[in-house]
Amino acid sequence: MAKKFEKGKMVPVPSHSIIPERDLDKSPILECSHLGIDFGGLRAVDDFNLTIGRTEIAGLIGPNGAGKTTVFNLLTKVYQPTRGTILLDGLDTAGKTTAQINRMGIARTFQNIRLFSNLSVEDNVKIGLHNQEKYSALTGVLRLPKYWRQEKAAHERAIELLGIFGMQDLAGHKAGSLPYGAQRRLEIVRALATNPSLLLLDEPAAGMNPSETAELMENIVKIRDTFQIAVLLIEHDMKLVMGICEGICVLNFGQVIAKGTAEEIQANPTVIEAYLGKRKGG
Amino acid sequence: MKSYFKNMKRATKVDYATYAGVILAFVVVMACKSLGLLNRQMTGMLVPICAYICMALSLNLTVGILGELSLGHAGFMSVGAFSGIIVSMSLSQTVPNELVRLVLALVVGTLIAAVVGLIVGVPVLRLRGDYLAIVTLAFGEIIKDIINCLLVGWDERGLHFAFNFDGNQNIQSLGLSENGIEIIKGAQGASGNDRIATFTVGFVLVMITLIVVLNLVRSRTGRAVMAIRDNRIAAESVGINVTKYKLIAFVTSAALAGAAGALFGLNYASVNAAQFDFNTSILVLVYVVLGGLGNMWGSIIATVVLYVLPEALREYADLRMLLYAIILILVMLATHNPRLRDLAGRIIPRRRGAEADG
Repeated sequence: MAKKFEKGKMVPVPSHSIIPERDLDKSPILECSHLGIDFGGLRAVDDFNLTIGRTEIAGLIGPNGAGKTTVFNLLTKVYQPTRGTILLDGLDTAGKTTAQINRMGIARTFQNIRLFSNLSVEDNVKIGLHNQEKYSALTGVLRLPKYWRQEKAAHERAIELLGIFGMQDLAGHKAGSLPYGAQRRLEIVRALATNPSLLLLDEPAAGMNPSETAELMENIVKIRDTFQIAVLLIEHDMKLVMGICEGICVLNFGQVIAKGTAEEIQANPTVIEAYLGKRKGG
Repeated sequence: MKSYFKNMKRATKVDYATYAGVILAFVVVMACKSLGLLNRQMTGMLVPICAYICMALSLNLTVGILGELSLGHAGFMSVGAFSGIIVSMSLSQTVPNELVRLVLALVVGTLIAAVVGLIVGVPVLRLRGDYLAIVTLAFGEIIKDIINCLLVGWDERGLHFAFNFDGNQNIQSLGLSENGIEIIKGAQGASGNDRIATFTVGFVLVMITLIVVLNLVRSRTGRAVMAIRDNRIAAESVGINVTKYKLIAFVTSAALAGAAGALFGLNYASVNAAQFDFNTSILVLVYVVLGGLGNMWGSIIATVVLYVLPEALREYADLRMLLYAIILILVMLATHNPRLRDLAGRIIPRRRGAEADG
């Protein structure tokens, strides 16, 4: 049964149909081992190991240029890794394309928003539903009954998914005309539409004010609870990271320098050094 | 009924209005024709206008919806035209009914252009932007050159093909029997064809093209294609197979251009490959750009106006092309003038931000 929420802007209870049954007792959703990529002579990421549980919210932090987004690009095969393996749901992802990775269960958002800005908000979500609709181009051109059935279902799902952030009323608007925060939320909705088991969020709170960030934190947790998925997020807002992440991984110069819970990371001298520099004479 | 219309999306309303407009135009033209209001010059333009409307709609699918610049669209038109002529001529004895023959010619022209589109599309669509434009330009020229040395004839034994690559062959080299038909004679093209294209079939073809393009755009497939146009990386990230959908759009576009070409080719007694050159590709591109990228009714209106304009200016003889060019520039300036657009926006009120159709 989907949980009911008492308060907050998030409209609760997406129908059962959009939340597939997941076997949560199985092995971790994501296991990276010795992942690495070189750009020419530069080792952008090296020996990156990370395991994420089925319903874990994990954080990936580090100073600018540490290679966080590169890790996302490796996980989604925008770049093919030079070394190492990525197991998703126990399956090797070697040689897969970005589109295939998405079908295997990883959805992402982007640091610099990448919406289909000339299309409507609803169409953006429907494009996320692309692989759940199953009719051919010919069926679409001939508008066979299957087309009408699936388009109706896609419309209902899109509205329901937009409801997660209370954005149903914006469905007809052009995605590019939305305010910045709404565009970020729409990207999350679009990613969720692809029915992922792991959601990658690249700086979801960038450009948001403290109250918006607080709301976002609440919503990320709610999305995890409702959809029963794992979330890996990159974020500079430490309040958000320390507030909701159950496991945190710190990256500096492409290397993992620390891993652990929020308390462990905050107390770790290597992390403090990476962010603030070495204490004089210390 | 009224509330049904009210609840329709704006895009759907525009689609239905476009269909209604085309049907209305057809009815008006047919009425004028039967009342004898059209002179010979005007009736002669009807079929080519239909063919060019189909060309513009199909090119709009590549340029406006897929977002890739193609400069070789006349190549597909040429393939369709000559395939259509071959079918029409070789079946002239077995299928005496002209309408059946025309439909068969259109279908074969469409299919062959689709196959050529597939062959060209697979390697070419790996390229993007300027590179794709240049390669499609080259493709258009290659098609022209191939048809320039193509020899085709028909007799009781069937179709005969030969390529006159060395320049030493002519139509006699095919060794046709006495009652054989010479269909394509290399650079001379095809002449003595039956002119079986009719305006009614042209109108039906425009409607089919329009329905195919609009229905495709409003489907899952069209959304995937537009997603690739707007942001390829994001499209991949939501699981869209970029190559597949680019190819679907490109091949559909080529197939529709083939149908347009067959209609065009079967409207003239004599057709040669040089008619489908770079200039024709650019002409169609002008219709598409002027009508608005991704805007189908815009393409139709732009085609009609720009096709009729040079004919209407015929009485100014030498100044004709100059006037045509000046009018083109002025229209371009006017349609992209913010002040005029603002004025138009005030006359036809629109909800801000609500406009988001393909």
